Amino acid sequence: MTVAIEKPEKTKAVEPAAPAKGARKVSRPMMIGAILVVWLVLFAVLRGKQTLPLAAADLTDLHRRINDFNDSIGANRNSNPLFLYFFNEIRLVIDNLVTFIQHLISQPSGARPVPQVGWLGVVGIAGYVSWAVGNWRVALLAVAGFTFFGLQGLWQESMDTLALTLSAVFVALLFAIPLGVWAGLSDRFNRIMTPFLDFMQTMPTFVYLAPLTLFFLIGGASATIATVIYAAPPTIRITAHAIRNVSKTTVEAADSLGATRRQSLLKVLLPMSKRTVVMGVNQTIMAALAMVTIAALINAPGLGANVIQALQSLDVGTAFNAGLAIVVMAIVLDRVTTAASAREENARRSKNTFVQWRRPLLGAGAVVTAVLIYLSHTYLWAADFPGDGTIGSHIASAADTATNWAQDNLSGLTNAIRDAITNGLLNPFQTLLTDSPWWLVGVVLVALGVVFGGWKAGVTTAVCVGLLVGTGVWSDGMTTLASTLVATVLVMVLGIVFGVWMGRSVLVDRLIRPTLDAAQVMPPFVYLVPFLALFGATRFTAIVAAIVYGAPVTMKIIADGIRAVPETTVEAATSAGCNTWQIITKVQLPMSRSALTLATNQGLIYVLSMVVVGGLVGAGALGYDVVAGFSQGQLYGKGLAAGLAIVLLGVMFDRITQAAARRASA
Amino acid sequence: MARHWRAGAAGLAVLGLTLTACGGAKVGDSSSGSNNAGSSGKCGTFNLAVNPWVGYEADAAVVAYVAQHNLGCTVTKKNLKEEIAWQGFGTGEVDAVLENWGHADLTKKYISGQKTAVDAGQTGNKGIIGWYVPPWLAKAHPDILEWKNLNKYASKFKTSESGGKGQLLDGDPSYVTNDAALVKNLKLDFKVVYAGSETALIQAFRTAEKNKQWVIGYFYEPQWFLSEVPLKKVSLPTYTTGCDADAAKIACDYPVYNLNKIVSAKFAKSGSPAYNLVKNFNWTNDDQNTVAKYIAQDKMTDEAAAKKWVDANKDKVDAWLK
Repeated sequence: MTVAIEKPEKTKAVEPAAPAKGARKVSRPMMIGAILVVWLVLFAVLRGKQTLPLAAADLTDLHRRINDFNDSIGANRNSNPLFLYFFNEIRLVIDNLVTFIQHLISQPSGARPVPQVGWLGVVGIAGYVSWAVGNWRVALLAVAGFTFFGLQGLWQESMDTLALTLSAVFVALLFAIPLGVWAGLSDRFNRIMTPFLDFMQTMPTFVYLAPLTLFFLIGGASATIATVIYAAPPTIRITAHAIRNVSKTTVEAADSLGATRRQSLLKVLLPMSKRTVVMGVNQTIMAALAMVTIAALINAPGLGANVIQALQSLDVGTAFNAGLAIVVMAIVLDRVTTAASAREENARRSKNTFVQWRRPLLGAGAVVTAVLIYLSHTYLWAADFPGDGTIGSHIASAADTATNWAQDNLSGLTNAIRDAITNGLLNPFQTLLTDSPWWLVGVVLVALGVVFGGWKAGVTTAVCVGLLVGTGVWSDGMTTLASTLVATVLVMVLGIVFGVWMGRSVLVDRLIRPTLDAAQVMPPFVYLVPFLALFGATRFTAIVAAIVYGAPVTMKIIADGIRAVPETTVEAATSAGCNTWQIITKVQLPMSRSALTLATNQGLIYVLSMVVVGGLVGAGALGYDVVAGFSQGQLYGKGLAAGLAIVLLGVMFDRITQAAARRASA
Repeated sequence: MARHWRAGAAGLAVLGLTLTACGGAKVGDSSSGSNNAGSSGKCGTFNLAVNPWVGYEADAAVVAYVAQHNLGCTVTKKNLKEEIAWQGFGTGEVDAVLENWGHADLTKKYISGQKTAVDAGQTGNKGIIGWYVPPWLAKAHPDILEWKNLNKYASKFKTSESGGKGQLLDGDPSYVTNDAALVKNLKLDFKVVYAGSETALIQAFRTAEKNKQWVIGYFYEPQWFLSEVPLKKVSLPTYTTGCDADAAKIACDYPVYNLNKIVSAKFAKSGSPAYNLVKNFNWTNDDQNTVAKYIAQDKMTDEAAAKKWVDANKDKVDAWLK
């Protein structure tokens, strides 16, 4: 869900495509074929030479230098003025913010054994706010969702997670909206920002988790900052896009009426882009929730801690219960913010009586909420969630039963699938990438970049390849590249099948979409154990985990693309006697080509963001390096280099596929 | 009309809630439970790092329970990986790490280098690292427990990940491991495959025992999982002092680690009763495995598991409190 909405818009936002190549003599498929043939021939001759391998415990000079730098920071943190007057101040402010919200809703404060506002008050606020900014349907959803946390026996954990999410989103918006506005007004600033945003989103969190605790100490503040780094980019991008998209004529009209720059920003640009900005906030919230489990590794309290702890004893049920609470929270927050972005428009369309009654109703609601808060502040029954969370233990045991059933009955089938794909597709491909000389792979990548994306993309690819060699983890990078590409191919197959199905039937779409949302928000740590039982500690397990995370995005994008094909075109094809298969393959898929390339782009980026998780389940390579860097001091530099390599792979793919997408839509 | 109805319903709800509230216990009433008497003893706050494996969780559960109930400390448990936990000694955010496995680099950096941490003695646990196979395999082929016979079976251990050789499965990157060097120096026809996490390793052994699959991998004691599946250790060339001096040339078994406790230098000087507890804390592998089993298999909470063990082992706990 994180980036799904912004990317298409970003594509449109960049300057028009380079002029189409006029006199192309050879067709693109032929050129690709030629490149591959040359590669295979040279591979046969040069196999195993200059492959730049690096064993798991080995380091390069670069890695050692990063280690030394890291150590010197740690050793001087109490005397360095930068720490005393800068980082410590930031930490203090954020720490106070987090503690304040925690005392309000999740943690006992002072002499009180319970937080200031108990469960009844929180449920009341959630319902009231959702209703005020959205509508009564999402308010009901919010009340039901929040009550569900209590019934699961996870009230306090959920509130800790909510407190961290709220503080992270608050801090993120504080920076992101002004930056986004600036990027929207200035093309130059936008160009400078974009690589930083890419970096923030693709750099695996594991890499900067350890240094963050060095700078900002263990706990709430570090967790919040880690979350902010990951969650702020969507809002910046979407705000910039929204500002940019306000129609030129409106701004000109304001200018001609004598509005100052400031006035036209505050009275025209911001109000007109409000709706889109709220969508950005929505994306930021979702990204923040995705960080809940990872932040638990540096002692962030909340649901993530439950997931991690349950995982240590392979307790799938308990992990699932906590994961489900995260999903529910994500769905509630998503629906409420989505409703908020559409509220004014809907209100304008609905009857006037609503507007008339809205004020008194809001007042009445505020009074009710205040009473609920008072009750939950004063009486124990309204402060501590009653009951012992039996629903939670039912959910846990049901999840356990389902997992056991799957493990006992499906492992033969799953092992067969794994072996077929590993031996038939993954191993040969990986051998080709890791056993070819590095310069050969580099040249092939650059050539493919040029063919798919044009000269500009070729130059980017060349730079990325050069830097990849520089990181010292080239061989691991190629192993990761192989798994990533295989995963992306599978993601695209699934994406096209389900995307077309969803795009052609609204009913199917409605049935499948909630599952897709859940698959994207459920922390991967929850389903790792069952996957390990089904597929073993192998690269394929990592591929499956990546598919679960990456396929929903591609399915959604493709479904939207199929739906956007004009009704009349499809009708014309039908009346011309085309059958369903022909309509799909000759009309709908070709016409949604730009959606398909975009889906590939997003699928790749999402798959790549699961590389680290793959490292935890036997995929090795870059993912393992990153996790190892987080776990062992002397591997820190290597972990950072591996993280950079993941970013470089991401940038390379992103530029090539985006350039290709621009061509497809041109 | 619907709006009227809704406003009315809301009003009724408020009324109802207020009425039912009259009988409820108030926050701060003496009858309202959770007034943890004695929690404000002289001990103060005790920051205990909890590293991510169940054996450690058992250590932490018991020490925290005793500190809380016998000494009146306010215990703050922090879930952290080793590297980060040691970092916390210097910043005052972590007082104690209860189960340390060697970690020469961290010792060098924080004990002899920055001098923010000190050794607080042994836990009494013996850390045994080695290569293990599932029990069914040891029973079917008893000679597999001798490393010299491993090559004979190498092809049986082949997997999709091991590139034609036998697979030796390693776990979490934070483990102390010489396996890659061992395979090379003992001329074994094996490839080290990194599972990447303890969870993956345990699941691999669990599946292997259930489905009678061939798996050999890194494992260690004390570990709760051994009470579920009693893995059998493969003997490697005997360890002699100094045989592991050169990391690249290691061709001998792992030493037996005497696990120890590390505390922050500040905490050691603070005179807190919690420091004495940590210093005196000492138990056996069996003790730890018992508590770890309560937590991992019987799914008890840390608190309940600790209580059960403490109640049954009063004499040991009393010795810690002297």
